[in-house]
Amino acid sequence: MDPITVIRSKTVVMPSTNIDTDQIIPARFLTTTTREGLGSALFADLRNHPDGSPRPDFVLHRPEAHGCQILVAGRNIGCGSSREHAPWALLDHGFRAVVSTEIADIFRNNSLKNGLLPVVVDEAIHEWLLANPGAEIEIDLTISAVKLPDGRTVTFPIEAFARYCLLHGVDELGYLLSQSDAIAAYEARRA
Amino acid sequence: MTAKTLFQKLWERHEVVPETADTPAVIYIDLHLVHEVTSPQAFSVLRERGLKVRRPDRTLVTMDHSTPTDTAQIFGGVPIALESAANQIRQLEKNCAEFGLDLIGLKDDRRGIVHIIGPELGATQPGKTIVCGDSHTSTHGAFGALAFGIGTTEVGYVLAAQCLLQRKPKTLAVEVAGRLGPGVTAKDLVLAIIGRIGVNGGTGHVIEYCGPAIEALSMDERMTLCNMSIEAGARAGMVAPDDTTFAYLEGRPQTPHGEAWARAVADWRTLRTDPGATFDRTVQLDAGAIEPMITYGTNPGMVAPISGRVPERPGDAVFSRALAYMGLKPGEPLRDKPVQVVFIGSCTNARLSDLELAAQVFRGRKVAPGVRALVVPGSQQVKREAEARGLAKIFVDAGAEWRESGCSMCLGMNGDTVAAGLYCVSTSNRNFEGRQGAGARTLLASPATAAAAAVRGRVTDPREFIH
Repeated sequence: MDPITVIRSKTVVMPSTNIDTDQIIPARFLTTTTREGLGSALFADLRNHPDGSPRPDFVLHRPEAHGCQILVAGRNIGCGSSREHAPWALLDHGFRAVVSTEIADIFRNNSLKNGLLPVVVDEAIHEWLLANPGAEIEIDLTISAVKLPDGRTVTFPIEAFARYCLLHGVDELGYLLSQSDAIAAYEARRA
Repeated sequence: MTAKTLFQKLWERHEVVPETADTPAVIYIDLHLVHEVTSPQAFSVLRERGLKVRRPDRTLVTMDHSTPTDTAQIFGGVPIALESAANQIRQLEKNCAEFGLDLIGLKDDRRGIVHIIGPELGATQPGKTIVCGDSHTSTHGAFGALAFGIGTTEVGYVLAAQCLLQRKPKTLAVEVAGRLGPGVTAKDLVLAIIGRIGVNGGTGHVIEYCGPAIEALSMDERMTLCNMSIEAGARAGMVAPDDTTFAYLEGRPQTPHGEAWARAVADWRTLRTDPGATFDRTVQLDAGAIEPMITYGTNPGMVAPISGRVPERPGDAVFSRALAYMGLKPGEPLRDKPVQVVFIGSCTNARLSDLELAAQVFRGRKVAPGVRALVVPGSQQVKREAEARGLAKIFVDAGAEWRESGCSMCLGMNGDTVAAGLYCVSTSNRNFEGRQGAGARTLLASPATAAAAAVRGRVTDPREFIH
């Protein structure tokens, strides 16, 4: 995983509340056994008609959405299924951060594990972002803050260890495995 | 000593390393449930890093999501229709062989939906931490276990280390007074709870369900209730173990026997919230006031009593879009809405008592013309028992399809789908857009309400059949 420090990009806005992981990637794409190449399945049923032809009004089809790395979504994005295919699909499409007022627990966890930055902001900032699609913003993980074009800088909460891992481009498994003596002692104590 | 909640007791028992400001707690996992959809990429990581499965004895592996429900495709030598599903099944077989894991495979008579067979086999027990790459792992909290869904990366962590890094969640008590009325089920109760607190009402929390109405529930009903905790956004849901729990578990293949059983029960009896322990939040409901519930929208919080109407929310664009997807109008009554498909199944409502309830409605009646009714037992054991008790014959005589066990039409991964635009009254757990098939319109309800819709061909109050 590449380290994350600063993400600077224009935003794509999907104002719907409760965008569940079935919408992010429908179940029929989950028979895959790898994590690559899921970007084409991202938002498949919102993006395309049942015959596979594109719905031209869908936000990701607009030219200005091309290359955007930050998705601003309505409240409670990522609810529902635990499928990690949701952050895999978002990353494969090119997103590197998801911004909302609320991000569902399992999706937030899965995103952190894959280097997709979940950013929770307050309602005032969120409203501004929803009202200004395409705004160029900066997410600076070194100071855990979002910088808006009007100069406002607001911090966002992020779990300390997950942040450390993202900043250094390491995953948590190495740390967990380094605890193997403590794990063995626990197993012995409980046996 | 400070008074503790059930959750706090379970958390403290499983702390290998307590949390600090810089690092989350290392939490030990007693039981890891694994299935074919969310595990292949985790096994790949183990392979890439040269790691083994730390505790195969604490790992229960089966296949349920992409498996066919057609008997000929499982037992009759007919190839699995969906090639990608067949490949995923083969991949799990290969991974289990390579990593030395026992697999409850496609033809195994213990197979079924992972959240149904864990309890059936007695692998699910009070006091355990239980995880699975599946959000409905919350089901197992019905036994007084701390059980929650994880993603594939964490599936890999548990395979390799038998532990997870976790921050302590908050606690939410849902106290339910009174008793559910006739024809009103645990499904109606949990839909009413989600309607009340919202699909994000439990985010960041572990729910403990308590009160007289909860204590009166059977284990099957408690599993239905805890199963849908995730639909309120909760990390987990749980019910304190009691005599109902112990009676269910005694004599199951993986529960302790003899003196060990007595010791286990004595320990499990301590797994209760102490008097005076505090929760971060508390919600109270009266079970007696709950009617049969049915959803009208595109998340489980968009739910109303079956005698009710679709709410009116002028100016709410997201709400309007959901209703447009559902083909419903604000103010429209829910009762008598024509339906084309009925699905009775899933980890929410495919245990024996769910099928018994549906059979009460189907007995001596026929599925209405133009309706397709699919009954999919939650496990092969449920299937055998339903056949032995004559329930399967009631379904077949009524004109319903009786299938092999699996997740089936809950999410349509195996090809059991609902066509675009059709209405499906479903006993499953999610009415998300496209969940049962692209363009499918799902109305979530209890097995009684689903069966009533099947025989009438319309949304029907099940109390017309169950008194």
